[in-house]
Amino acid sequence: MTQIVESNQKDVKTTQMTMIQAINDGMRVLLDEDERTIILGEDIGKNGGVFRATEGLQEQFGAERVVDTPLSEAGIIGTSVGLAVNGFKPIAEIQFLGFIYPAYEQIMTHVSRLRMRSMSRFTVPMVIRAPYGAGIRAPEIHSDSTETLFTHMPGIKVVCPSNPYDAKGLLIAAMEDPDPVLVLETMKNYRSMREEVPVGKYTVEIGKGKIVREGTDVTLIAWGAMITVAEKAAQLAEKNGIQCEIIDLRTLYPIDRDIISESVKKTTRAVIIHEAHHTSGLGNDIVSIINDTAFLYLRAPIERVTGFDVPVPFFSLEEHYLPTSARVQEAIEKVVHF
Amino acid sequence: MDENYPIKRIIDDHGHFVDSTFENEIDEKLVKELYYHMLRVRTFDRKAINLQRQGRLGTYAPFEGQEAAQVGSALALQPDDWVFPTYRDHGATITFGKSMTRTFLYWNGRVEGCVAPPDRNIFPPAVPIATQLPHAAGAAWAEKLKGTQNASIAYFGDGATSEGDFHEGINFASVFKVPVVFFNQNNGYAISVPIEKQMNSKTVAQKAVAYGIPGVRIDGNDCFAVYFETKQAFNHARAGHGPTLIEAVTWRKGAHTTADDPSKYRPETQGKDIVDPMTRLELFMKNYGYWDEQWIEEVKEKTANEIDLAVEEMEKYPASNVEDVFDHVFAEMPPQLAEQKESYLAHLERR
Repeated sequence: MTQIVESNQKDVKTTQMTMIQAINDGMRVLLDEDERTIILGEDIGKNGGVFRATEGLQEQFGAERVVDTPLSEAGIIGTSVGLAVNGFKPIAEIQFLGFIYPAYEQIMTHVSRLRMRSMSRFTVPMVIRAPYGAGIRAPEIHSDSTETLFTHMPGIKVVCPSNPYDAKGLLIAAMEDPDPVLVLETMKNYRSMREEVPVGKYTVEIGKGKIVREGTDVTLIAWGAMITVAEKAAQLAEKNGIQCEIIDLRTLYPIDRDIISESVKKTTRAVIIHEAHHTSGLGNDIVSIINDTAFLYLRAPIERVTGFDVPVPFFSLEEHYLPTSARVQEAIEKVVHF
Repeated sequence: MDENYPIKRIIDDHGHFVDSTFENEIDEKLVKELYYHMLRVRTFDRKAINLQRQGRLGTYAPFEGQEAAQVGSALALQPDDWVFPTYRDHGATITFGKSMTRTFLYWNGRVEGCVAPPDRNIFPPAVPIATQLPHAAGAAWAEKLKGTQNASIAYFGDGATSEGDFHEGINFASVFKVPVVFFNQNNGYAISVPIEKQMNSKTVAQKAVAYGIPGVRIDGNDCFAVYFETKQAFNHARAGHGPTLIEAVTWRKGAHTTADDPSKYRPETQGKDIVDPMTRLELFMKNYGYWDEQWIEEVKEKTANEIDLAVEEMEKYPASNVEDVFDHVFAEMPPQLAEQKESYLAHLERR
């Protein structure tokens, strides 16, 4: 499957990968290039992770570097802080985002503010990976999309790739970042697509979104699993002669203000799509960015298509919780025909 | 330390008495009750796995191998006690009175599956690990404050002992001396992580020392040891002496869930020498004259019919109601949520 494709600078060897394979490959690169890299998590060693993200890594790099920890999220994150301040580069896996909450204090109080409290004497260059989101018929509580809890925390960056290429590139960028980064991985996309991913090391810049579809009439802003929903809605809208531009935000903090602002100035309309709950969702920050930077360009109020202000329902009802292309399409029609 | 916590057994692997303390309390009624419930929940468990494989149920967490631990402890409860299960304890909750239909519904992604019968205080299963231990302490505390004889039982696995909530729950219960039985099923693995990588102590029971409460280590595959030791712990609790930590040493014969592949992390041969709890009870029944072929056939048929009926009820259950997504979040729906509901229902109308 390996082939050579042209990139901007030089020939880059690539290979077809799913998102989970790309994440696995990214961690292999990081373990291989720097012996300070250490991976911690529940069932990540011998079992290779419940999603197989760490498959084969313990075999290759040993049980001291790919560590099956006791079942304790606060323990995993808290000890990662200690490892990080003392010379190691931890990648901590939380099995599902819905199980991260016992570690909330560690992240809120220590991971994110140790640099500030020690005036940079101690820093926490670590990565936390967590699968998130609904739509895979998982048992209850496995499907949360609570990214805003973390974008609200000063001192930690949050990225959310939607595809194999970005997943590997953002993971490596997260490890190179001098500060803690939470990598949210949409479970729905783990195996839903394959694409050419460069072999070896490359990064996707943190803080930069990407236009994944160009259009002139309305900007759709989304991330993670919602990119697929936005793409379907854009195809439906196209049949009605509406050209959607889609921004894959990729980083949720620090957010790419310029890409949002430039696109909305061009299209004059915006629909924000997120799986997270509506109230205090990141959509509100995006509305603020548009308000601050492109208000006078707008031809319609901004629409938000989001999860509701309810706990993510059990899987028999999860389709009613998640934004659908039909809901997005209605929002597109609404802003276009305002 | 671990030598202070030998595994207590009443019958051995061949179904012979090794401890006669409770011999006089073991009669036909109890033996048949234990057998009936163990058979019933095992049949349920196997049916659920089959349904999952046929695509008629979602991801399912089986408990085969843990029937003695779950049934023995559940039969030691009084009807007004509180039960705080995990996602693998439906053998215990079904024995205590949760409906099979609702249990199937739970594994089919239906919130109705969390709802206990009105006369049984059974919490929805804890999905995060160890979070139910403080709840059990709190409910027991309330019973103590109200001056009743009711108590709580918290079920949890070996992995749960690593979480902060394990410590916090037991610590509160011991400080306030409330009537709880902390019932640990040490089944050897927390998904893929074996107990020796989970903790540095050799037993779970010895952790009780740190809280100044009794710790008891029992053979979790010996239904009599489970039943009588749990009963003793409840007597201790109801007499106002506070909590007990029970470690029932057992074995998860199958996968963590139907989405898990145990061949990735444990040798096929591991656990093969452990005598199945049902087999042990059967041997006991044969050894001591309780084996009644006709009765066995009757309960097998009765149980199979009951489970078929529950499957039918689950599959004929009214379709999930969209409004339930919104209706049970608050007693009184806040205006912005009402607006979201109204707007979504209108959207569905237009579709």
